Amino acid sequence: MADSFSINENMSGRRKFLVAATSVAGGIAGAAIATPFLLSMMPSERAKAAGAPVEVDISKLEPGMLLMVEWRGRVVWVLNRTPEMLESLVKVEGELADPNSEKNQQPEYARNRTRSIKPEILVTEGVCTHLGCSPVFRKDIAPADLGPDWQGGFFCPCHGSKFDLAGRVYKNVPAPTNMVVPPHMYMSDSRLLIGSESEGST
Amino acid sequence: MKKITIAILILCMAPFSIFAAESGMALERAPVDITDNASLKRGAESFVNYCLTCHGASYMRYNRHRDIGYTNEEILDKLVFTGQKVGDLMESAMRKKEAEEWFGVVPPDLSVIARSRGADWLYTYLKAFYRDDSTATGWNNLVFDRAAMPHVLYQLQGEQKLVVKKTDKGEEKSLSLEKPGELSSSDYDKFVADLVNYLVYLGEPHANARKKLGIEVMIFLLGMLILSYALKKEYWKDIH
Amino acid sequence: MSNLFNSMIEWIDKRFPLTSNWKAHLSEYYAPKNFNFWYFFGSLALLVLVNQLLTGIFLTMNYKPDASQAFASVEYIMRDVEYGWLIRYMHSTGASMFFVVVYLHMFRGMMYGSYRKPRELLWIIGMAIFFVLMSLAFTGYILPWGQMSYWGAQVIVSMFGAIPVIGDTLQQWLLGDFTLSDAALNRFFAYHVVTLPLILLVLVFVHILALHETGSNNPDGIEIKDNKNPQTGIPVDGIPFHPYYTVKDIVGVVVFLFVFCGIIFFAPEMGGYFLEYNNFIPANTLQTPDHIAPVWYFTPYYSMLRAVTVNFLGIDAKLWGVILMAGSVVIFCFLPWLDRSPVKSIRYKGPLFKTALALFVVSFFVLGWLGTKSPTPMYTLLAQIFTVIYFAFFILMPWYSKIDKTKPEPKRLKE
Repeated sequence: MADSFSINENMSGRRKFLVAATSVAGGIAGAAIATPFLLSMMPSERAKAAGAPVEVDISKLEPGMLLMVEWRGRVVWVLNRTPEMLESLVKVEGELADPNSEKNQQPEYARNRTRSIKPEILVTEGVCTHLGCSPVFRKDIAPADLGPDWQGGFFCPCHGSKFDLAGRVYKNVPAPTNMVVPPHMYMSDSRLLIGSESEGST
Repeated sequence: MKKITIAILILCMAPFSIFAAESGMALERAPVDITDNASLKRGAESFVNYCLTCHGASYMRYNRHRDIGYTNEEILDKLVFTGQKVGDLMESAMRKKEAEEWFGVVPPDLSVIARSRGADWLYTYLKAFYRDDSTATGWNNLVFDRAAMPHVLYQLQGEQKLVVKKTDKGEEKSLSLEKPGELSSSDYDKFVADLVNYLVYLGEPHANARKKLGIEVMIFLLGMLILSYALKKEYWKDIH
Repeated sequence: MSNLFNSMIEWIDKRFPLTSNWKAHLSEYYAPKNFNFWYFFGSLALLVLVNQLLTGIFLTMNYKPDASQAFASVEYIMRDVEYGWLIRYMHSTGASMFFVVVYLHMFRGMMYGSYRKPRELLWIIGMAIFFVLMSLAFTGYILPWGQMSYWGAQVIVSMFGAIPVIGDTLQQWLLGDFTLSDAALNRFFAYHVVTLPLILLVLVFVHILALHETGSNNPDGIEIKDNKNPQTGIPVDGIPFHPYYTVKDIVGVVVFLFVFCGIIFFAPEMGGYFLEYNNFIPANTLQTPDHIAPVWYFTPYYSMLRAVTVNFLGIDAKLWGVILMAGSVVIFCFLPWLDRSPVKSIRYKGPLFKTALALFVVSFFVLGWLGTKSPTPMYTLLAQIFTVIYFAFFILMPWYSKIDKTKPEPKRLKE
């Protein structure tokens, strides 16, 4: 039995290797353990079920009318635009920040002037891209508070952001981007599915 | 010293059975295999046809059945009858109040029934109904005396009668088939086996995933054991 | 690179005693070099504690302490939350494994006399940890609000009703209602996730501080501090905890994880011992299950609770049961003063002590086994006999430990 021992200050190659290998394995184990914990904080099956695509019947949506639908706890607007409203989209284009929808705020099939599949039907999340308030639908033309150039659109009461009737943002307002167009599809002429692009995933 | 250690380890492992044997008939062993998707699917379809009318499985979502090889379309087609969505919980169509008036008790939720009762009990129970005119439903059961549930599957199984034999040890109870049902006796056993298999799956739908992950973890731990043992040996060279 | 590291450590050391603590508790904490298998369980208990805290926090994110939602929220965790089943099984298995490692840790102390001078306070702090652990287990077991949760809690809370004069009022105060209900569930949740873990953490911290003050005992039960190298002042039979015991404990941890993960992944119910079958039935306040038994780690005490069947010395049987049950745990605190043997470790103790300890272990297991059974006259008699043996181990210890034939202790640790 040795009376004392000395710590091997100069670690041998084997010792260095084993320390490194065990540390790496321990690191992998740590990451592997962290994964289920972090994933458990993602939306659960219940949240996903509650956020399932919503079917909307638009057969009774008259031109000029706005329908509010709840999808994933957020409001989605379905607006049936009149021909005059569609004309206004062209008129305001000079004042818009991103008139051609270049920023990725909509599915590919809505990257057009009306930001929609069918020209007259607008489907957009009713959420201001500034800080999440829900803008007000202002279809009155040239009202006192919004000025003589107002062609109808959405106005956010929280911080004054303005959007046109395709959800495109005006220049010089706090909101940075156009409003988000959610994934959607037509199951038939009058049945709209919001939240999905294929019927199978209902 | 070593002996004490060994004695303690043996005592730790001694399997104690919690349950005293229940009276009546001995439980039959249910042929459970929750990796058999074909059987689980047959069981699931029987379950929604025969059980879900009265019982709920209200912690289970329909779309979870993708586990056992269904697609969402198949689930909507084969399992969902009440206009619910594919992501909905499997709740019973029956109102609790009505159920209580009919049966005297609310039919229990079946989500975790296999975990409380055990597969063997369920398997035997579903085979042990017999005619008994003294009860409210006209049915009685050998493993669950005066069960509130009538024999829902009697058209399949047929009607059984209780046979009591007097022996030296007391009474011996058994059942005999009086009127055959739509299924032969062995087909009925298979039907019940599939249903019970499904109930076991229903109790713990992640069980297969759990075992699969377990094997991966064990393999990792084996590597970790070799490494850490080598590390320990290396350092302890200093001391010995 | 290493210069930057060193200057960073230096910066911290001027503001926080990092290096000095690292040295005091790890790299220059000298532990006896002959630790054996039994010395893994302290660090393993710490590992399980971390497991319980971590999984517990994540469970609270989805659990609902509400009598009408609790059971469903547990199944929600098991099914709808991604990997919720894993987190829940880690917690439920951890609860049982906590008791496994703590029982083995305590038994180690009993074998090698770790409770003896100068470690009496260390032992008592350890017992305090054990009480808190029992409270944590009890309050946690209520939370799933299944049949066993409900009726188990009902039995335990009714014990407080056995206390004379104040019993009934105390019981109502504990429950916040006239019966076990949502109010109790809600407050037990608060104890389980806030109060008790806080106390536990403080006690564990104090336990380790006290350990590092006295130094660790060892299988030979002699003080390594009595034999120091005169030049360095370091015990000649001591080795630095880090790296030698850290690398050794890693091996222990991996072996433990084999068992732990084996249960989690392949037998999470552990045959009805870790998760009882009846607890998969939602609590029904009107119907007691046919057979109720507490979780395995409480069954020895449960046996003693119902072992007393006669009134005695003017105290009724119910109260005696409660006194015995409480006494069976509290009596451990007196071990340092009950043991009069000249030696600490079982290696040098005589046949009387070895027999007594063996009988004690047997009685603990038999009582544990009886606790899972429905009482029959035969079982009750057995429980009474083994309760007497259990207590005799302690009460007769001053006598048999003194007259026992001991072997002389060595001067230095044996390899």
